[in-house]
Amino acid sequence: MKNKEILLGPLSKNNPVIVQVLGICSALAVTSKLEPSVVMAISVIAVVALANVVISLLRNTIPNSIRIIVQLVVVAALVIIVDQVLKAFAYDVSKQLSVFVGLIITNCIVMGRLEAFALSHGPWESFLDGVGNGVGYGLILVIVGFFRELLGSGTLFGFQVIPQVFYEMGYMNNGLMILPPMALIVVACIIWVHRSHNKDLQEK
Amino acid sequence: MESLNLFIKSIFIDNMIFAYFLGMCSYLAVSKTVKTSMGLGIAVTFVLTLTVPINYLLENYILKPGALSWLGESFAEVDLSFLSLIFFIAVVASMVQLVEMVVEKYSPSLYASLGIFLPLIAVNCAILGGSLFMQQRAFDSVGTATVFGLGSGIGWLLAIVGIAAIREKLAYSNVPAPLKGIGITFIITGLMGIAFMSFLGIKL
Repeated sequence: MKNKEILLGPLSKNNPVIVQVLGICSALAVTSKLEPSVVMAISVIAVVALANVVISLLRNTIPNSIRIIVQLVVVAALVIIVDQVLKAFAYDVSKQLSVFVGLIITNCIVMGRLEAFALSHGPWESFLDGVGNGVGYGLILVIVGFFRELLGSGTLFGFQVIPQVFYEMGYMNNGLMILPPMALIVVACIIWVHRSHNKDLQEK
Repeated sequence: MESLNLFIKSIFIDNMIFAYFLGMCSYLAVSKTVKTSMGLGIAVTFVLTLTVPINYLLENYILKPGALSWLGESFAEVDLSFLSLIFFIAVVASMVQLVEMVVEKYSPSLYASLGIFLPLIAVNCAILGGSLFMQQRAFDSVGTATVFGLGSGIGWLLAIVGIAAIREKLAYSNVPAPLKGIGITFIITGLMGIAFMSFLGIKL
């Protein structure tokens, strides 16, 4: 496989969230605002890419029967580092993300990529694959976070973007967008748009 | 009364799936028939009921700042809380292994139908999420923690059985092609989430 394909494939055609349906678990709950979505996306990119490299380097020495445990330990160690870094440099966001940073360990994207890719490819390719999948995941998070914050609070990154005049004319924020269920519906809309453009992905 | 309140709350209001999107991967992948999803739901409930209290004991007697003081004065200052992710995931992984062995022995048909998803309970975010929420909320006794684990598990079971029943009927509906399969499942989960929000504010 071409390196470029490995890196760019997961952005659209092979997107981990909307095509492979992985990693929805710890993702959607953090998307009610744009800022935590971006931080979460960056954390996941770092963890997936590094875990892919480590497992890829170890792949010939890990016995097949205990590979899940080895993978979990590697991922857990990386997540602990991310967690501590966030606590040190972005405490507020770390509070908002609460348990979801820890839940990167059980993010299916991480395990999925380790199983499907890193165990059978070299470190550099695995790194590209990790970055590609992390970015593909982050892309969806940011899109969802963008719409939910814009429509739900009228702000982006905490700054008001909808002019005050609109509110005076009777515009109201859609409070429903802040609530968890709307994250699912926004993702469903993204899937809808994506699959109407890529007809080969549609399910029979 | 406290416990009953927590029990109802963790089933309906703080539902793992509708409020926090935990365990979405297996939720989406296994919810094609009611029978399998029932089996997985019971397995998840069982594992949650075991792991939350075990991790509660670990948290309070080993990991928390000052938790080691039962070993003697000199340990009173030790803070191992950064290790909690590794400890929790290790407990979860070994518990899952245990459940897997039990299910394989006593119900081979269920074992066959759950397939890969039984070992994957280890990376089901709902399980680790349960332990992390337990850590965050700092329950006051093992009993409360157990009730919380059981309640969360039943909430998850309820959600997956509900969506499986809907998806069985959905097979006969005329859904727009791009939304078929995963898209419509997202929307239904969102709508179910909105329905579950009507439990908000219930106090016992």
